Amino acid sequence: MHPAPSVIVFTTFSGLGFGLLFWLGLGMPAPTGMTAFVFFVLAYLCAVGGLLASTFHLGHPERFLKAFSQWQTSWLSREGIAAVVTLLIMALYGAGLVFLGAKWSVLGWLGALGSLVTVGTTSMIYAQMKTVPRWRHWSTPGIFVSFSLGGGALMAGQTTIALILLLVAAAFQIASWVIGDNQLANSGTTIETATGLGHIGKVRAFEPPHTGTNYLMKEFIHVVGRKHALKLRIIGAILGFAVPIAFLAVGVTHLTAFLAIASHVAGVLALRWLFFAQAEHVVGLYYGKR
Amino acid sequence: MPKDQPDLDLSPQVSDEVRKTTCYMCACRCGINVHMKDGKVAYIEGNKDHPVNQGVLCAKGSAGIMQHNAPSRLRAPLKRVGPRGSGEFEEISWDEALDIAAGWLEPIRNDDPKKLAFFTGRDQSQSFTSLWAQGFGTPNYAAHGGFCSVNMAAAGIYTMGGAFWEFGQPDWDNTKMFMLFGVAEDHDSNPIKMGIGKIKARGAKVIGVNPIRTGYNAVADDWVGITPGTDGLFILALVHCLMKAGRVDLDYLARYTNASVLVNEDPKSEQFGLFLRDDDGNSLVIDRRTGKLAPWNGKGVEPDLTGTYRHKGITHRPVFHQMADRYLKPEYAPEAVADRCGIPAARIRAIAADLARVAFDEAIELDRKWTDFRGVKHDKMIGRPVSMHAMRGISAHSNGFQTCRALHVLQIILGTVEVPGGMRFKPPYPKPPHAHPKPHGLAIPGGPLGGPHLGFTHGPEDLLIEEDNTPQRIDKAFSWDNPMSSHGLMHMVISNAYAGSPYKIDTLFMYMANMSWNSSMNTTGVMEMLTEHDEDGNYTIPHIIYSDAYSSEMVAYADLIFPDTTYLERHDCISLLDRPICEADAVADAIRWPVVEPDRDVRGFQTVLCQLGAKLKLPGFVNEDGSAKYEDYADYITNHMRRPGVGPLAGWRLGENATLQHGRGEPNEGQLQSYINNGGFWLEHVPEEAAYYKPWSMEYQEWAVKMGFYDSVQPYIFQLYVEPMRKFQLAAEGYGKRQPPDHLREQINRTMNPLPIWYEPIEETMVDHDEYPIHALTQRPMAMYHSWGTQNAWLRQIHGRNPLYVPTKLWEQHGFTEGDWARVSSVHGTITVPVAHQASLNQNTVWTWNAIGKRKGAWALAEDASETNEGFLLNHLIHELLPPKGDGLRWANSDPITGQAAWFDLRVKMEKVAAPDRSQPAHPPIKSPVGKGPENLEWKVGK
Amino acid sequence: MTQLPTSTDKKLGLVIDLDTCVGCHACVVSCKGWNTENYGAPLSDQNAYSGAASGTFLNRVHSYEVQPPEGQAQLIHFPKSCLHCDDAPCVTVCPTGASYKRQEDGIVLVNESSCIGCGLCAWACPYGARELDAAEGVMKKCTLCVDRIYNENLPEEDRQPACVRTCPAGARHFGDFADPDSNVSILTAERGGMDLMPELGTSPVNKYLPPRPKDTSTDIDILAPYLTPVAEDGQGFIGWLDKALSAFPGGSK
Ligand SMILES: Nc1nc2c(c(=O)[nH]1)N[C@H]1C(S)=C(S)[C@@H](COP(=O)(O)OP(=O)(O)OC[C@H]3O[C@@H](n4cnc5c(=O)[nH]c(N)nc54)[C@H](O)[C@@H]3O)O[C@H]1N2
Ligand SMILES: Nc1nc2c(c(=O)[nH]1)N[C@H]1C(S)=C(S)[C@@H](COP(=O)(O)OP(=O)(O)OC[C@H]3O[C@@H](n4cnc5c(=O)[nH]c(N)nc54)[C@H](O)[C@@H]3O)O[C@H]1N2
Ligand code: SF4
Ligand code: SF4
Ligand code: SF4
Ligand code: SF4
Ligand code: SF4
Ligand SMILES: [Mo]
Repeated sequence: MHPAPSVIVFTTFSGLGFGLLFWLGLGMPAPTGMTAFVFFVLAYLCAVGGLLASTFHLGHPERFLKAFSQWQTSWLSREGIAAVVTLLIMALYGAGLVFLGAKWSVLGWLGALGSLVTVGTTSMIYAQMKTVPRWRHWSTPGIFVSFSLGGGALMAGQTTIALILLLVAAAFQIASWVIGDNQLANSGTTIETATGLGHIGKVRAFEPPHTGTNYLMKEFIHVVGRKHALKLRIIGAILGFAVPIAFLAVGVTHLTAFLAIASHVAGVLALRWLFFAQAEHVVGLYYGKR
Repeated sequence: MPKDQPDLDLSPQVSDEVRKTTCYMCACRCGINVHMKDGKVAYIEGNKDHPVNQGVLCAKGSAGIMQHNAPSRLRAPLKRVGPRGSGEFEEISWDEALDIAAGWLEPIRNDDPKKLAFFTGRDQSQSFTSLWAQGFGTPNYAAHGGFCSVNMAAAGIYTMGGAFWEFGQPDWDNTKMFMLFGVAEDHDSNPIKMGIGKIKARGAKVIGVNPIRTGYNAVADDWVGITPGTDGLFILALVHCLMKAGRVDLDYLARYTNASVLVNEDPKSEQFGLFLRDDDGNSLVIDRRTGKLAPWNGKGVEPDLTGTYRHKGITHRPVFHQMADRYLKPEYAPEAVADRCGIPAARIRAIAADLARVAFDEAIELDRKWTDFRGVKHDKMIGRPVSMHAMRGISAHSNGFQTCRALHVLQIILGTVEVPGGMRFKPPYPKPPHAHPKPHGLAIPGGPLGGPHLGFTHGPEDLLIEEDNTPQRIDKAFSWDNPMSSHGLMHMVISNAYAGSPYKIDTLFMYMANMSWNSSMNTTGVMEMLTEHDEDGNYTIPHIIYSDAYSSEMVAYADLIFPDTTYLERHDCISLLDRPICEADAVADAIRWPVVEPDRDVRGFQTVLCQLGAKLKLPGFVNEDGSAKYEDYADYITNHMRRPGVGPLAGWRLGENATLQHGRGEPNEGQLQSYINNGGFWLEHVPEEAAYYKPWSMEYQEWAVKMGFYDSVQPYIFQLYVEPMRKFQLAAEGYGKRQPPDHLREQINRTMNPLPIWYEPIEETMVDHDEYPIHALTQRPMAMYHSWGTQNAWLRQIHGRNPLYVPTKLWEQHGFTEGDWARVSSVHGTITVPVAHQASLNQNTVWTWNAIGKRKGAWALAEDASETNEGFLLNHLIHELLPPKGDGLRWANSDPITGQAAWFDLRVKMEKVAAPDRSQPAHPPIKSPVGKGPENLEWKVGK
Repeated sequence: MTQLPTSTDKKLGLVIDLDTCVGCHACVVSCKGWNTENYGAPLSDQNAYSGAASGTFLNRVHSYEVQPPEGQAQLIHFPKSCLHCDDAPCVTVCPTGASYKRQEDGIVLVNESSCIGCGLCAWACPYGARELDAAEGVMKKCTLCVDRIYNENLPEEDRQPACVRTCPAGARHFGDFADPDSNVSILTAERGGMDLMPELGTSPVNKYLPPRPKDTSTDIDILAPYLTPVAEDGQGFIGWLDKALSAFPGGSK
């Protein structure tokens, strides 16, 4: 898949933002006043910024309202609704903390649940895709949720939880690599089933339909990314998990916390890039490419 | 309707108006419906009533809108201001353009008309352009046929009075086995696809003989991946098998072919190898009823295939005996040819047996009565449902004429020509060679040529040569070099004019041929010849006038440009005098008409010729008072009379009392409107009883005279043995007044065998097979027309670059992987190009799509266009001359009989190299006289 | 309306005959022409006259090479457009309801005025049948020429998809798969019409007819009798000829 910057930024930051909101909703921490303001601004910058980034790849962002209508079938629609509902709830909850110093816990718990649901729906956008066998696996929600909660915990200053969740996230990530690398092969979808010509013999793509390029090739076929996959996996894992864990283990100061978060964000961006770049859409089979 | 589905308008207005005309995205000439919105072209689809395409339309045809609106269209006449090849021009007025042209042409016409060489490309107004050239008086006129497929055309006409392609087609509805030789696309693009579709729908069999398995050959049930240049051997092996098993149609051979004609077999006779003839010149057979000699066409005669005749000590035996002597020899056995052809002997036998099975065991009978020219009445029409078709794969080799002949002989011994289920001619064909004109070549200062330039030679006496054997024509057509070159040799014009061999010319006038690019062999060499100066500092070819509609590579090499309209903006006629749109069951012709008016200062080229002709006062183009005879081409189409009652268009002519009639008749001012009203074409069905056996059927012959195809009935028999070829051989053996130069005797004697033979393609005999082990070919892409397609925003996405396809064996041998490049060399040149792997390919052959590569700066393309960076031409490896023999002579890389350019005799070697920044050779950009096309397109006419 | 109808009244779709398709791209371009001028936004082209040209097409013809275990490699031209799946994943993912499957005939369409151009439906389609138009920012796909097949401004015979009407080889057939007696149902039954990627559960409506077996006539045995010699050389042949001719009606001598 083409690793579109808007989608990478969207999933990374909205994941972080909702992760932070999750912990804020649970009251971990439960600051008030200016501190709360800073936390909430940060969380909203991430979550809303991420959501806004996602509109950059839309052909018609001005019609975004329509995207809330199909919650019965569409995970994207559900995500949109979940995100908006969560942001509204958390805005109320946050306003209480910032302006009134009041902690309306039920609202917070609802917001936390909403954050979790939002990240879950985001992950299901990818995990539902039969066309991308690598994504269509429990590890995809695993990654999204654990990254979100781990990153959120890191930003929320929940050191121990962050430590544990980052390890869990790393485990999900590694599992998804180990399993994901065979997902396309195991899916049973091949150029033979794609063309229905397997009964004759071994199929090979001869000429593409056009020598010019097209939307499908640009969007779904990304051969370059996979060439450097191993290198990027290592870099992503180090930045995303090893470095933050090390910082946390060394001891938390403002500086180490900031560095841990920065490193984590950089790592997650790299891993998200890989999440897309490594994913093979079955349409690539028609082009003899993956 | 479910309530939350949007409300759709299921019956939108498709267009304001439909205008029906003829497609020109290629030479197939399909009927099109042009949908107009707001006076603009909105959508083009096939015309369902049209005989050629019956509603279907190919990719090019459907993309016509992008061609018509291409940014590369020329806008006004151009005068060159920079050096030739630079592309620097100044737009001028038509008056100035015509003045310049007349200023060059008038003096040479009065002085020596042959100093004008006028050659046209693939347009089909040849009966008109040749009339102009005749009026001018130059012998130097031809169209592209000589480099295209004259072998196919000439072999067909000399053998059976008609060729494939627009002159003949399989009986698609009845055939049970279809064999296709060397065709990627052909001119009959849509009809062949429709035909293959019909055969496939019936589950009948298609055999594709082609080194490359794409397109038609990909859907063939059996693919024979033959070694290029060896079809003649393969076909003659089939003939061997069939004759040996007696699986030949004896009745058909005896009645309708010269198998029964008696041949002089006395090696000491001056008539050796010629037919025994009566005093009227009729060739003689033995009549089975009497056992006596009889003319072939005598009433009721039953020609005997075995009777010999001895007279004055000279034995005469029928042609068929000679065929038995030759083709039953072991050298034609499958085992003897298998290796060379790359086809296992068992496979050759299987195909021969299958041909025999279908032709004879699955014969069909139609209950239709007909009468043959000997007066014999037949109750039934017997069909041998085997059909064949072939094109440049067999004709673009230097042994192509003989190979095409061999193929026709194969068809004929099976009795499959002009019978149900076999191959059928399209009126006005069949037409035997003697019904065509002979070539004319004598230039008279200030006067017209004595007759048509092109035609058919029947012996040395018809050659266009001076006393000392110097060719009269600049392309040396109809000379000893290639005595039966019926279409001329366009590929030799520039080269000969440059070399001054046989003489220098003053003005090269060309129309619609991209000669400085894909149309030429040795492209780089041609560019040099066009830009080279003589000792006086003048261009070696002093003046070049060219008509194109678009900013092609050739435009840059001309001094004066006549910008043509697009095909939707002009009148044209697709005439019975030329290459009409007929089907086997119908005679038809068609027009183009301006469905939109040009928005630029351009003129239809034929109109320009009318105007230039009048300015030069050419006979045929001025009235007696010296005024212009035709205002424009539409005027010519309507009013020109070629013979009494016969004009360019056969439909809606005027009979007595001004009644409308078809075929013959007087000009009718309303004729073009009648065509427009009828969808752009006219059609009349061949009467049922005349539908088959056309050369011999009196029903057909009489109808043909009525329609004006010929002026009197002229039945004929198929020429398995082509006597005119023997006459050239006799000359080479020293007989007769006109004698070939000594250096050509051997070649003429060897190649001009009156019964088909196979010889190794000439360039291949001169090239070291160990050093150059690989055959290299091109194919037409179905969705691209030569170089024109590239300016089309839709088509160029389909074919925007071309790799060299390499078979598995060579792919592995060279260690290629995807994305690699190779340096490919022939004895003539080197190219460096991208490669791609193909398994379904003859293991010693590489190939690429034709004419995809483009010169930077042409066609209004940006300089980063893929066509110019990765695309390439194979033409740089091909030469118009054979490798030098050291005798100081210029030997054309052409068929020695017809002069057909031998595009496919190419042998190469290949090595893997690092990818260069662009394909090589890389020519510098030319300046575009029209600017560049826009970045993005959102084409919608109606809103 | 991204819920799929539980069933549709008709099942309109195409049969594509891989035994007959010569790979001419006629269907590709006629589709481009019709749909540029009709349903919704025009199909745009980028870098139309320069490098890396690309554009929106609703139908594209691939080609594949197949190497059987024994014998010569085969080449198959393979046109591909929307298969109008019964269980169309492209419809259910759409957040706006722009993508829908018509109740009355099963045609899968995009309502362009609702489309936000998120691209998700193209992600969900295994067949590469949807292309986001770069100029208009809306999703384009084969409409099965819904604006032709019912169009009362067209003559009856022209009420079929542009690609079917234009296909020179007759390799494309249009009809109603819900009707067992329709041309498409019969062809599918007779020729073993198949689904693409059946394992993905999309239940495509369009069917592909597999190529017929190829290169089968290398077996000479049954045909051998057809080549039983009547003579080995010219002389023997003339002898045979004499006999054969005297057997003709009115045979000589
Ligand atoms: N390697 C290789 N080379 C080949 C061949 C091959 O098989 N292999 N085939 C050869 C054969 S058979 C042929 S016929 C030639 C074809 O070669 P060309 O006849 O040169 O083919 P085109 O590229 O179509 O060039 C014709 C010119 O006509 C112009 N044109 C198009 N429409 C119009 C119009 O309406 N009016 C006017 N006035 N001009 C117009 C185009 O812009 C173009 O410049 O190529 C030959 N070259
Ligand atoms: N779409 C499209 N249609 C066209 C044209 C075009 O440019 N585009 N050009 C038009 C013109 S000018 C012409 S002349 C015709 C030509 O129409 P075709 O005759 O179909 O021309 P080519 O594409 O040159 O195809 C030659 C075929 O012969 C095969 N071949 C080569 N050598 C041999 C051999 O030795 N034996 C056998 N058996 N096969 C061999 C090649 O593999 C190739 O498939 O097409 C016309 N129609
Ligand atoms: S074959 Fe195609 S390009 Fe040629 S005339 Fe017919 S529709 Fe036009
Ligand atoms: S082919 Fe693709 S776009 Fe068409 S219905 Fe099926 S999934 Fe949807
Ligand atoms: S691109 Fe348009 S049609 Fe496709 S899922 Fe998004 S909104 Fe729906
Ligand atoms: S049915 Fe219409 S929209 Fe669909 S591929 Fe054919 S022409 Fe294109
Ligand atoms: S138009 Fe017909 S033959 Fe041509 S590519 Fe399309 S389906 Fe195949
Ligand atoms: Mo040609």
